[in-house]
Amino acid sequence: MDLTLLKKRANEVRKGIIESTFNAKCGHPGGSLSCADILTYLYFEKMNIKVDEPKWDKRDRFVMSKGHCAPALYAVLAEKGFIPKEDLKTLRKTNSYLQGHPDMNKVPGVDMSTGSLGQGVSAATGMALSAKLSGESYNVYTILGDGEISEGQVWEALLFANAKKLDNLCVIVDNNDLQIDGRLCEVNSPYPIKEKFEAFGFNTVEINGHDFYEIEYALNKFTQCEGKPTAIIAKTIKGKDVSFMEDKCEWHGKAPNEEEYKIAMADLEGVEF
Amino acid sequence: MSEIKKIATRDAYGDTLKELGAKHDNLIVLDADLAEATKTIKFKKEFPERFIDCGIAEGNMIGVAAGLASTGKVVFASSFAMFAAGRTFEQIRNSVGYTKLNVKIAATHGGISVGEDGASHQCNEDFALMRSIPGMVVLSPSDAVEARAAVIAAYNYNGPCYLRFGRLAVPVINDNPDYKFEIGKGITLKEGNDVTLIATGLMVGEAIEAAKELEAEGISARVINIHTLKPIDRDIIIKAAKETKLIVTCEEHNIIGGLGEAVSSVVCEECPTKVLRVGVNDVFGKSGPALELLKEFGLTKDAIIEKVKKGL
Repeated sequence: MDLTLLKKRANEVRKGIIESTFNAKCGHPGGSLSCADILTYLYFEKMNIKVDEPKWDKRDRFVMSKGHCAPALYAVLAEKGFIPKEDLKTLRKTNSYLQGHPDMNKVPGVDMSTGSLGQGVSAATGMALSAKLSGESYNVYTILGDGEISEGQVWEALLFANAKKLDNLCVIVDNNDLQIDGRLCEVNSPYPIKEKFEAFGFNTVEINGHDFYEIEYALNKFTQCEGKPTAIIAKTIKGKDVSFMEDKCEWHGKAPNEEEYKIAMADLEGVEF
Repeated sequence: MSEIKKIATRDAYGDTLKELGAKHDNLIVLDADLAEATKTIKFKKEFPERFIDCGIAEGNMIGVAAGLASTGKVVFASSFAMFAAGRTFEQIRNSVGYTKLNVKIAATHGGISVGEDGASHQCNEDFALMRSIPGMVVLSPSDAVEARAAVIAAYNYNGPCYLRFGRLAVPVINDNPDYKFEIGKGITLKEGNDVTLIATGLMVGEAIEAAKELEAEGISARVINIHTLKPIDRDIIIKAAKETKLIVTCEEHNIIGGLGEAVSSVVCEECPTKVLRVGVNDVFGKSGPALELLKEFGLTKDAIIEKVKKGL
């Protein structure tokens, strides 16, 4: 792992998130910024994928179950080379292939259309099951929002993944502790999250979701684990690296204006590697 | 007179899955703890490794089906219509319809003929729900022969498809060498000039019987079997609207959102003709033997005949 390079890439992904939501004048920067480091590690260090063959049938899969964080997914796909960086500015515009929520039929590198919370994790589970049925060795990664885990379907999927011993499934919870209506504990607390996943039979690791060594450690734990699925509870900061967005609920689903955009970009330019 | 053979379409569904499973390794069948009832158990017994019981978690089942389909599997996901179409509408809409994935929602126990389980399990709304999803193919076979053909056609069709089967054993009416099933093509079972009975599912058999009795009374009734509610066969409907004075639709479904409204839309747009609807009259069902319920809720040949006479 080249830590400096990864940090630079994650920083580029964050710039893409700001660039795209600023141009769209809407979208979800907060939760996109919180999962940027995990996504960067997955796409640049972990996943077995081919940029020139997005539909390669033996590829590792990724499902953005928290589909509103499409800006993060698009930005990492752009950084990786699946889509042109310039296209990020078309996010959410009429006739753009970069829909408000990811569309698998429009964007190279998107493995599942998501947006309706709780459904992505089920699809990821189905992909993992398919690999087992076919004797394929690919892995499936999915990122869920910590608010998203209120959805009953998430727990249906987790129960299923454990029952079918899907050790090729890695569920990552982006635990930034904020959802639209406020702190998780003020809305409908899912805590303790780790213990719930453990009770559902998951190999569970809790990490700092902005520390690449910890991300690497957790994903290695996943790779090594046999016979059961893995859950990574990633403690993160909503709006990470943009000063006025950090840990602020209001930046869940709001785009920066011109002035805020400049500050955000200056913040990101100022990040030291 | 020899006894008419009766088979439930769900039985034909299970048999056909078994038949397809032997030919196609990519066929995966999912169920939600109802394999005995939906008859997917027939597939499970032959191909246990390709049968996945998702437990009583239909929403997840649909998502798992989508995930499997995204990797190239052809997936049939089964439960009772109430749960396969009703409970999981939004999962089907977003994870299967919007994605255009190759998932077949195969629902058994459609309609009021579920019988004794009562209103909570009698789904008379599935056509309405499934028709409203862009691109969804909606199939409603009338007997065991057609159910087998529909399952094979659904397997061969690449995309989202909803199939509705029944619990009740119904007369086999399509067992003839000329029978041909094509998605989106209605079948004229009998010619007639006064009225057209357009039916789907188990009501096709009732429509045939009604036409015979009407004929004896001097009323010439055409009978059309619409096994595909979507895409609906516009041509066969327009032709009927032009050539007969009245159309009576017959379905084991709420008169809202099903065959009656699908036919009415075509007729209104192309050739305004009177359309009367035989169906469940926007009420919930109740417990009782299936045949008694069909009679009580007006889903019989007699109800069709009465409607025809009222309309002519």
